[in-house]
Amino acid sequence: MRQLIPFSIFIILIIFFAIGLTKDPRLIPSPLVGESLPVRQLDELRTAETTLLTSNLIGSSFILNVWASWCAACLEEHHLLMELATQDAIPIVGLNYKDTRQDALRWLDKNGDPYLQTWFDPAGEFGMELGVYGVPETFFVDMTGTIRHKHIGPLDRSNIAKAIDILNAEQNSSL
Amino acid sequence: MKILAFLIFSMFIGSVNGQTFLVDEKTFTHAGSQLRYDALMEELRCLVCQNQSLADSGAGLAQDLRKKVVAMIENGNSDQEIKDYMVQRYGEFILYRPRLNYATVMLWFGPFVLLLVAIGVIMRIVQSSQSNHTKKKVSSENKLCDDEERS
Repeated sequence: MRQLIPFSIFIILIIFFAIGLTKDPRLIPSPLVGESLPVRQLDELRTAETTLLTSNLIGSSFILNVWASWCAACLEEHHLLMELATQDAIPIVGLNYKDTRQDALRWLDKNGDPYLQTWFDPAGEFGMELGVYGVPETFFVDMTGTIRHKHIGPLDRSNIAKAIDILNAEQNSSL
Repeated sequence: MKILAFLIFSMFIGSVNGQTFLVDEKTFTHAGSQLRYDALMEELRCLVCQNQSLADSGAGLAQDLRKKVVAMIENGNSDQEIKDYMVQRYGEFILYRPRLNYATVMLWFGPFVLLLVAIGVIMRIVQSSQSNHTKKKVSSENKLCDDEERS
């Protein structure tokens, strides 16, 4: 019995370590989930003279994808966003983060433009409002303008589907 | 010896480089602001290179956050307001000293609980070994007596 005590402590430690290994320390939970998307006025990327309020899409849920032309991982998820855009399932908004207009437009011309509108944030100010600390990051915003989910890093099929489910569930419960 | 000298020399190169790329932006009009800035820089964590404070980090985001802190100090915001601003956006993680709330209770008091448990365990071990010791002594004395009686 006495010998069992160190052994059980060892097992408990192992369980803690095993759980710890499954977690990615780079994924920092966002305090903004459940909060409403900050309302700011931003330039449209394509048309410099057009400014958009970040609240202009309230009434429909949408995906807000933070990207930059200098971001390699953004290319990784890009074909999925293109695919999603052709399905017309949910509007996708781009937030072009700390980029130049020229580079960003060239990138979109080369790789395709899945975005309904692209907000231009060259200084990363709106990114700071959103707590962006690396691109790509993707916010899932519901019809009331509330952030329901944040994904850090490149998207894949399963986590897109999961996030859209979260949005839909929210929508059904509010109806 | 030459190698050693070279290594020491290259250490200095490294540190000089490290400092040059961190020099940015801060010129305060108000005395005391620099001290507050320096303190805040050590309290806030860089989110990109997570084991560095904002003061140490050369990441682009850290630079932006430093600028923001400067702007907020100049704007007359208190330290608490600046920290709140950061926490609202980046979460508790940005603070090196996490605040006391239900999620961090274990973090704050866990070590003390473990310490108490450890002290308890040690006291029990010491007590039981002392009583064992006296028992042994008694039993060996008894044995001696037995031996004497026998002889």
